Amino acid sequence: MKFVDEFRDPELIKSTVGEIESLMQGRSYRVMEVCGGHTHSIYRFGLEQLLPSSLEFIHGPGCPVCILPMDRVDEGLKLAAQKNVILAAYGDMMRVPGHSGSALELKASGLDIRMVYSPLDALKIAVDNPQSQVVFFAIGFETTAPATALTVLKAQELGLSNFTVFVNHVTVIPPMRAVLDDPDLKIDGFIGPGHVATVIGACAYDEIARDYKKPVVVSGFEPLDILQSLVLLLRQLNNGEARVENQYARVVPWAPNATASTVLAKVFELRPTFEWRGLGAILQSAVKLRAQFSQYDAEVRFAEVLANHRIDLEKDRIERGRGPSTPCGEVLKGLIKPNQCALFGKECRPEKPLGALMVSSEGACAAHFNYAHERID
Amino acid sequence: MCLAIPGRVESFVDAERRMALADISGVKREISVDLLRGEGAQVEIGDWVLIHVGFAMSKISEKQAREQLEVLAMLGEAVAAAEEARGYGQS
Ligand code: SF4
Repeated sequence: MKFVDEFRDPELIKSTVGEIESLMQGRSYRVMEVCGGHTHSIYRFGLEQLLPSSLEFIHGPGCPVCILPMDRVDEGLKLAAQKNVILAAYGDMMRVPGHSGSALELKASGLDIRMVYSPLDALKIAVDNPQSQVVFFAIGFETTAPATALTVLKAQELGLSNFTVFVNHVTVIPPMRAVLDDPDLKIDGFIGPGHVATVIGACAYDEIARDYKKPVVVSGFEPLDILQSLVLLLRQLNNGEARVENQYARVVPWAPNATASTVLAKVFELRPTFEWRGLGAILQSAVKLRAQFSQYDAEVRFAEVLANHRIDLEKDRIERGRGPSTPCGEVLKGLIKPNQCALFGKECRPEKPLGALMVSSEGACAAHFNYAHERID
Repeated sequence: MCLAIPGRVESFVDAERRMALADISGVKREISVDLLRGEGAQVEIGDWVLIHVGFAMSKISEKQAREQLEVLAMLGEAVAAAEEARGYGQS
């Protein structure tokens, strides 16, 4: 138990691990933690080393930069290359490689790409630069989507005509259904994302428990939170139950945030389908701006640019195929472990990522790389 | 972006109380509290909130705020979180 000393309450950690050990007696389970924050925590604290090896963690598709397909990254960056355009993006997005480099590399070559921490920052850039078109590269699950929605409403209030959003917001339930529908993947239960549930409410996972008979435990991010969530999950599994339990009730309510839900419904509508890296197209898994907000929609304002770009891309594909393909999708689905990718730690490293899972600290490959040297295996 | 940062509401910067000045680990930044307008969730001065990308997403207790700060520190995300907090409202 290498890390036990640095936990807040080592004794409680030990007894919880003991409880998990007895619940696992003679059994084996595969548990998916959907959220990248949990992935990070599990690796940081070496939880896999503390627990019986018959309890397998599958690191799920809950890291927004990891699941965005490269074509989408390219499209966002294509917008930055337009005359008079300023592209604003979150820090994690800056390092994700597109086919012709990352935002950071394109910025170094002279494009006006700026890192922001909030969509409100992007809005401010638009206010301060009336002669430029500012495009905000929006990513994230329901955690960040309300922020984007409110920012669009604010742009409308201000009557801005030089601000658009390239919307890549995704929703958390459809990919969970997608991994459950995949016959190659056997998942017994979920550690449910915590902070996304402050928006959609713990009740949102009810349909997973009901339709797939899989338990979901909404969990906090501390090691003890995750271990206690595992106890709840294993008890359900051993009893043949499938319910939603909320281990993180101190922060996550059962019901959705009413204001956020209203704002989301007002500004966004579901896309018929959206492409996920590694998971392919998933029906109704992402949103776009409603038609009444089309003047703030980068995909409308730059429709021609994007259409031409897609044609060029397709031609390129036909002529010489695309660059080296990466097996990130298999890692995302839990079919292989990060270090089973031939590129892991060699061509693909945090300082020069080839795949998106190596970019963010919430990506499984980056987490594995950063903490593997501390591990006992 | 996915891990929330706790902050304490110090004052409101507009009449509609949609934007607030928050103390985020000693950094004073403007945040939106628009999402907590819902019934019963009205934010008051002195309240602790969890912040994502410049927007308060939920009210929490002071104890929860301290715990969350500890988690960020343990995950090695405290510096990034402080940077993020400093970044709100800048361009
Ligand atoms: S090591 Fe790199 S290329 Fe391989 S799966 Fe991970 S992110 Fe993708």
